[in-house]
Amino acid sequence: MLKLQHIQKAFNGKAVLTDVNLTVPKGATHALIGSSGSGKTTLLRVTLGLIPFEKGYVKIDDQALLSFTPTEWADRIGYVPQDGGLFPHLTGRDNVSLIAKLRGWKPARIGQRMQELRRLVDLDPVILERFPHELSGGQKQRLAIMRAAMMDPPVMLLDEPMGALDPLIRRSLQQELKAIFQRLGKTVVLVTHDLGEAVYLAETITLLHDGRVVQTGTYQELLQQPASPFVSQFIHAQRTLPDAGDPA
Amino acid sequence: MKLFAILAFIAAMTPLAAARGADVVVGSKIFTEGYILGEIAAQQIESESHVPVRRKLGMGSTGILFESLKSGAIDVYADYTGTLAEAIIKNPDLTSQSDIEGALAKMDLIISKPLGFNNTYALAVKESYARQHDLHTISDLARIQSQVRAAFSYEFMDRRDGYRGMVGRYKLIFDPRNVNRMEHSLTYRAIGDNAVDLIEVYSTDAKIRQLGLRVLEDDLNYFPVYQAVWVARKSFVVERPDEWLALRKLEGRINEQAMLDMNAQADIQKMSFERIAAHFLGVDASQAEGWQNRILRRTGEHLWLVGVSLLFSILIGIPLGVIAVRYHATGQGILLLSALVQTIPSLALLCFLIPLFGVGTRPALAALCLYSLLPVVLNTYTGIRAIDARHLENARAFGMNSRQVLFRVVLPLASPMLLAGIKTATIVSIGTATLAALVGAGGYGAPIVSGLALNDVPTILSGAIPAAVMALVAHAAFELLGVTLIPAGLRRRS
Repeated sequence: MLKLQHIQKAFNGKAVLTDVNLTVPKGATHALIGSSGSGKTTLLRVTLGLIPFEKGYVKIDDQALLSFTPTEWADRIGYVPQDGGLFPHLTGRDNVSLIAKLRGWKPARIGQRMQELRRLVDLDPVILERFPHELSGGQKQRLAIMRAAMMDPPVMLLDEPMGALDPLIRRSLQQELKAIFQRLGKTVVLVTHDLGEAVYLAETITLLHDGRVVQTGTYQELLQQPASPFVSQFIHAQRTLPDAGDPA
Repeated sequence: MKLFAILAFIAAMTPLAAARGADVVVGSKIFTEGYILGEIAAQQIESESHVPVRRKLGMGSTGILFESLKSGAIDVYADYTGTLAEAIIKNPDLTSQSDIEGALAKMDLIISKPLGFNNTYALAVKESYARQHDLHTISDLARIQSQVRAAFSYEFMDRRDGYRGMVGRYKLIFDPRNVNRMEHSLTYRAIGDNAVDLIEVYSTDAKIRQLGLRVLEDDLNYFPVYQAVWVARKSFVVERPDEWLALRKLEGRINEQAMLDMNAQADIQKMSFERIAAHFLGVDASQAEGWQNRILRRTGEHLWLVGVSLLFSILIGIPLGVIAVRYHATGQGILLLSALVQTIPSLALLCFLIPLFGVGTRPALAALCLYSLLPVVLNTYTGIRAIDARHLENARAFGMNSRQVLFRVVLPLASPMLLAGIKTATIVSIGTATLAALVGAGGYGAPIVSGLALNDVPTILSGAIPAAVMALVAHAAFELLGVTLIPAGLRRRS
């Protein structure tokens, strides 16, 4: 379970996040959505422990971020950066196993875990030996998920998982991602600006605007009981797009 | 970490330095006569007192030799009374042998009695030019002072008893545009090619005859007396009395004719200094080294110079580059300083380093290391700055500590730039290392320096061509290294 409580963050005296609260139950898939400037990227960094914040708590299974070292925290929250964020100098295999190696895992254990994850994301083994520049967007995404899941963290955090992919690939990858999340059985948080993606992949949604949580709930709740006119405005603005699955 | 492989590679290509024993070390100035006198001193000590002698010949001008004597890097060399008064005592009015001896004794330097010849400055023109303008004395130059084209050495131009004093005494006013400063041995080439009309010569110089020059009479007795003497450190004279005595046996034994003959044997007949000295002393010439061995030895010396200096500039330069990225103000300072070092002329830098490191390999290594620092620091800095900041943030999000980020992400991602910087540094060092011969460090520079002193193009080429070949080999070696060291994911696609 991931819990954000009363998060407050300012840059140079200007509030970027104000009293942000969010609870994602164990095993649930939740989307954090907002337009650019809404504070969602800052919230992502706060959750990852990359930047300090003035007030509040970030907790995983009721243990606070501040009670862990950066390394310990990183092993509790698997991060999938935008476009996969694979290191270009490492093969797929080395990208996935890098952190486990640094933590002193034995090769046999690494190999076994890699095998499990490869099956789980349904990746051809030859892909593991390739470098990122030789891979398609979907292959990179799957490797990035393997890397994030390597240390078996209770929480997975994905930044714009469909980011720069072309529309056709998006459609098929969305389905695969959904299946992967189900098989992983982890608490998953997606950060996205795309409502269609959020609705398709996540069970619940938090809409962020000007550094505040505007509403948290299912898509139906946001649609039928909007907490403010902004919620309806946001939903309708996105629904006027020809297809919610296309890149904005 | 693959960078260690680079270091290991460099360490592997460098032979071990020869250990320094308690040999007598003879130095010499960088022109024909200096080499011959140095070789004579060396062979005289070897044959009289049978101790090993190390030769550091062709080290440079008086300043460098003086620093080397003081620091103990050499024990003895030959110089001239007038030069000592001007360049070391800094009192050109001292002319008598006893006055100069007294002044030098205060600096813990001992000189011998004159070896028997006076090698003073003189002005010379081509015989044909002299006839054309009816020139016999320096005073006669006044008639053509506005048109005569002159080439003088740097030392002559800057010494008080050189150019400035001379034009003052003779009231000559040359057109400054027609007065060229250049390396002494090149002035002969310039007058030989009719590029200039007037040069300064040393009165025992064989090239006077070779080029058909007329020495203009010093009709106002301006130029001081330049008696050749041995100059030694006091501690050498005290600790090695037999060797000093051996040298003093040559006092009064080399007259002007003998010196001019020996200079001609070197400059015109291209005899080796060893043979000339042996012939003069009547001893067996030491076994001449075959050319293959010579090239092999010089290659070893050159590789050692380049390899060791490179090793240090990598060990210092990469951390400096990393620091420069991390701390902005310090970084700008580091970059500025390493760029400033590049602007110091190599001879001047070597001169500054002699008091710190003595002569031989150490100051040369220090200079080379300083020169190759900039490409390494700058490329490390630029390479790291060019890394996509998202990779660094991701690395931290995965829980990597700063050391892991540096070695697992930053340096590998910057490695193509790092390697390019090291390659630039290597190739520049191979060229710059030829200057190391000026402080007696050997390498391919040795034939270049003596070739320049002798104005002997084949000798120059025997150093310059292997150096160029080494640069090409280094280029190819780095291409190969690139394939092994740069992560495959970062290699440029063709």
